[in-house]
Amino acid sequence: MNDVALNIIHATKTFAGEGNGSWLARIRGNGEKKLVFALHDVSLRVQRREIFGILGPNGSGKSTLVRLAATLLIPDAGHITVFGHDVQHEEMQVKRLINRVSVDAAFFKKLSPMENLMYAARLYSLGAQDAREQIVEILHRLGIKTDSIYRPLGDMSRGMQQKVAIARAFLTAPILLLLDEPTTGLDPRSKREVQEFILEVRRDSDTTVLLTTHDMNEADALCDRIAIIDNGRIVALDTPTGLKAMVTISNDEEPTLEEVFMELTGKSLEEETV
Amino acid sequence: MTQLVQEIRASYAFVERNFNLVKRYWGWEVVWLTYSIANALSIAYIGAGMEQISGQKVDVDYLVLYLLIGTLVWRYLSIVFDAISEMIAWERWEGTIEYTFMAPVSRLTHMLGQTIFSVVYGLLFSGVILVVVVLFLHLDLSQANLLGGALVLLAASISFIGFGIMAAVLPLLFPERGAQMTHVVQAILLLVSGVYYPVTVMPGWVQALARLSPATYTLEGIRQAILQGAPLRSLLGTMGLLVAMGVLAIPAGVWIFSRAERHAKRTGVLKRSG
Repeated sequence: MNDVALNIIHATKTFAGEGNGSWLARIRGNGEKKLVFALHDVSLRVQRREIFGILGPNGSGKSTLVRLAATLLIPDAGHITVFGHDVQHEEMQVKRLINRVSVDAAFFKKLSPMENLMYAARLYSLGAQDAREQIVEILHRLGIKTDSIYRPLGDMSRGMQQKVAIARAFLTAPILLLLDEPTTGLDPRSKREVQEFILEVRRDSDTTVLLTTHDMNEADALCDRIAIIDNGRIVALDTPTGLKAMVTISNDEEPTLEEVFMELTGKSLEEETV
Repeated sequence: MTQLVQEIRASYAFVERNFNLVKRYWGWEVVWLTYSIANALSIAYIGAGMEQISGQKVDVDYLVLYLLIGTLVWRYLSIVFDAISEMIAWERWEGTIEYTFMAPVSRLTHMLGQTIFSVVYGLLFSGVILVVVVLFLHLDLSQANLLGGALVLLAASISFIGFGIMAAVLPLLFPERGAQMTHVVQAILLLVSGVYYPVTVMPGWVQALARLSPATYTLEGIRQAILQGAPLRSLLGTMGLLVAMGVLAIPAGVWIFSRAERHAKRTGVLKRSG
């Protein structure tokens, strides 16, 4: 198998902003259509079995990058491959290799975790009996009790819902897992459990992880390499240690990733994410 | 595992998920069923009271059955049309659309699953209405060709599936108002197709539109079978026409939908919920 899990080459993505003038004026050509650069000429390469972090504030282009890799968006320019398969021209092959967890646990909230996960299992052609057993096993590993598995998901806390979202992704055994801020909004305990699970999966399987976050400690603890992204551009890419080495501070202590981010972008990540 | 088995398994995902949703939203189903039964009876009683309304001698049994066929057929076709045309709107509302679109499932399989559900659900729902309405009204069906009527209805389902797929493009392209636009399509079909009156009472140009609607041929065929007891062979032409409309409309709908999906991925409207 290809040793490059994800290869993004000069990817650019713009979206049409609200602009000025009515829709009628825009059709006539009198109105202005404002283009917003979500990603600007981004290139990066994620190696197989790596946990690769994308660190940046809200609106920096992290989720756009994940959506491009997940076949949910088409780039305006550039190429993206997943294990050598082009996301545009070999979409179905790419879809079989990936899964994604987003910041919002997107489920049919009236359905139970079992019903939601069985839906995912069938979409990914898993056998019903095997899938049921696996669902129970994965949910138990994530600390979800048996009686909660069969109750409406909407009755669960946000942290529990996010764990079900992670279980859904792992159920389909992706070799590239796209985690888009999976721990945002979780309580400290749930956050720690999810982070431990990510490390456990990487240790026990052949999964590559692309993790977006604006949590510096999470990125530092989990990622082999980190790209810092700001305004749709990658401003630095290295190991956590390498990134810290880019910054010199007055005392002898090692700089934090927060300090690295501030130095490279001139911004505070906390201020940007509020 | 063959590709066909995978696709069948994946299409069943949509059938099972939708029936699970029906089960979980059972209260809403009861409300909707009650509304539909009351609606069907109200329209049927217009026919029952026509002699008193007009002061003229009227074949009341014929008129009641004429209106009832319109009501039930329209209810069934609406369910099929809604289930397909609103598949995007439902998933946007639940927040699951990106997960469904990211799954390794062809859009044809997606729509096949949605279609199987809509036909089975539509038949069950309309069947319950029919049973309740028969308890209220003394209908003489001794001359009716029920099998012929049922076959025309099934042939009609094929063409309505194609129209439903085309209408599903609207919520995909217009997140804010697309779902409402499908109701406009449905209202126009209701107006021109002679659901409660012969199309010949409408202006000439509307009658021309009626000839483009599969519902027009469906209602004409079923009324011939039920009201006049037309034999199966005389219904073959209508059934053939409806199947032919479906054979044209389904691939056209899938093609239009695939273009719209590509546009949504280019512009980023897949996720937006208005």
